Amino acid sequence: MIKQLSQRLLGPVTLLCLALTFWLGLWVTPPDRIQGNLVRLLYVHPAVAWVALYVSFGTATIASILYLWKRTRSFTMDRIAHCAMEVSVVFIVLTLITGSIWGRPTWGVWWAWDARLTSTAILGVLAVGYLALRRANDDSTLRARRSAVFAILSAINVPIIHFSVQWWKTLHQGATVFTSNRQLLVHGSMAWTLLLSFVGFTLLFFWLLRARYRLEVLRESTQQMMLDEALLLRQREGVM
Amino acid sequence: MAKDLVVTLHDAVVLSSGFPLLSGVELEIEAQTLSVVTGANGAGKTSLLRLLAGLVSLSSGEGTVAGIDLVNGDLRQLRRRVGWLGHEGSFYNDLSVRENLVFAASALERPLDDIDAAAHRVGLGSRLETTTKALSAGQRRRLGLAWLLLRRAELWLLDEPYASLDDQGRVFFDALLADVVDAGASVVLSAHDPLRSATLHPREIVVRGGRVAGGAS
Amino acid sequence: MIRTAWLVAKKDLLIERRSRVLLWQVLPFGAMALLLSGLALGPAHAGTSSAGPGLFYLVMLFVALLMINRSYVIESTPGTRASVQTLGLDPAGVFLGKSLALCVELWLSGLVLLAGTVLVLHTGLHGALVALPSVLVTLAAMSAAGTLYGALTAGAQGAATLLPVLTLPAFAPLLVAGERSFSAALTHSGLWEWWLIVAVALVAYVGVGILLYGVLEES
Repeated sequence: MIKQLSQRLLGPVTLLCLALTFWLGLWVTPPDRIQGNLVRLLYVHPAVAWVALYVSFGTATIASILYLWKRTRSFTMDRIAHCAMEVSVVFIVLTLITGSIWGRPTWGVWWAWDARLTSTAILGVLAVGYLALRRANDDSTLRARRSAVFAILSAINVPIIHFSVQWWKTLHQGATVFTSNRQLLVHGSMAWTLLLSFVGFTLLFFWLLRARYRLEVLRESTQQMMLDEALLLRQREGVM
Repeated sequence: MAKDLVVTLHDAVVLSSGFPLLSGVELEIEAQTLSVVTGANGAGKTSLLRLLAGLVSLSSGEGTVAGIDLVNGDLRQLRRRVGWLGHEGSFYNDLSVRENLVFAASALERPLDDIDAAAHRVGLGSRLETTTKALSAGQRRRLGLAWLLLRRAELWLLDEPYASLDDQGRVFFDALLADVVDAGASVVLSAHDPLRSATLHPREIVVRGGRVAGGAS
Repeated sequence: MIRTAWLVAKKDLLIERRSRVLLWQVLPFGAMALLLSGLALGPAHAGTSSAGPGLFYLVMLFVALLMINRSYVIESTPGTRASVQTLGLDPAGVFLGKSLALCVELWLSGLVLLAGTVLVLHTGLHGALVALPSVLVTLAAMSAAGTLYGALTAGAQGAATLLPVLTLPAFAPLLVAGERSFSAALTHSGLWEWWLIVAVALVAYVGVGILLYGVLEES
């Protein structure tokens, strides 16, 4: 019952958090003394990036590991990994777009060969590659296995990409919320709105994941019906 | 006295790209026997043999081949125990007959000294140094046979071995199969039509629509 | 595992020696790609030693993709695939063997194209020789990664076009580290951090390959 209730409330709570974030971010919080109103992207970009790089990609990776591990192997894990990776693509694209919108007036360019931007773009290509790999294999078990291995390989790549390009160049700003000695750099209503945006976008991820998962289950049951029909037809070949 | 069963299949279904290659096979094959799987094109003969070889997996149903469970067993182990001869030819086109046999024998730790004898037995004695791509289709089939002789599998699975064989080839092949069964192996081969052999009297398994439709022994 | 690796590596290298695809097709392609990249930059920029490392690795990237694809094409003919499957080779050994063979092929290509980089892109000979160990390790890491990604796409629809889509992002850090270590060798500055990236990548890919190659091989 609790599970059903939380599933029913997920959508409304998500919308409420996001609506609050946008209201606070656009009208209530003050402009930054240096960036002015450009700072309002702070309530979108970091949260979207957090979901893209850690929550969704992380969910896909963990589900892939669980699929490969014999004890937890099931097509449920494969479905979760697939759906999470699809949502990840959306969030990665949003990260790059919102980052570019902020970068244009700040750096003067839509794109810079910055460590964070480049590694995020590469991650986006990896996520698209995962989806391409799934489309290239018809056999469900083979598809699940290969996708799971690719997801794990991609996850290994993330820190390697991050550190390799970190020594190359960086324009992207450093820690925004906390510095290395745990000093909070964002204050007051801005800090609370930022926190709310993280919660809101994380809930959005889980809402989208759930919706996509349900679609996938429906698609598979339709496929199963077609398969049962194909089996009957094939068996009738033997009788004719 | 009931013989041991080398193959048991119950409601075996094999799918490929959503199409049921096998649609519920019920089959038992006794050990140390010769069986011929017959049927029209697309009936499921090759798919059945590939299932028995562990080259494709069961989508549903149950089965045991050479003592290995097709659902929960180690298919890699199954493949090491059976001998497979497809109709597309075997091993690597750029290697010679000898090099292919050395590779295969080394992989399964079979004695390399037997290679020459096996090649001569199948009529490739004078072609050991010939590159595989220079062999005819029939000769490539014989390379696969030489390998089967080397590995001494307990279950031989041969996909349309009589295709593109002349009369002399068919006589040679009949003799070879008789020797193999006498030596204790089980043989399952596929053909479009029942074997017209004076010396062999195999069990016939008729496949139609991805299922076993009947047969005679 | 080691015995199987050795067997598979010998087999792959023997096939390469027979077919000479590397010698007559891939190396000429690599040489042409190097020349074209110099032409694209223009004589003023192509002749500077700073262009050499990046262009060398860019061309090696294309060469690697061709050789990875080749490594799996030889296994993909229907009769070959079924016959080899019945050998039940240890997957970890197959992975190591194919990586080793690919590594040897990339090293040979790398040496030839490195000479080409010195000759046509005016990269310093001494710097190129100092960079040689890092080049060899980078190419070894590319071999391990490439063998894994090749197995991911083997037999899939559109395998030849899917391979670059999956492999290029994985090669990105190797490309960066390789180029930086090569450039550092030319300017006699520190190399250790780039070595670290390549070494970590090599160990990671070999480890994952040994663990997971069997999962990829099962159909």
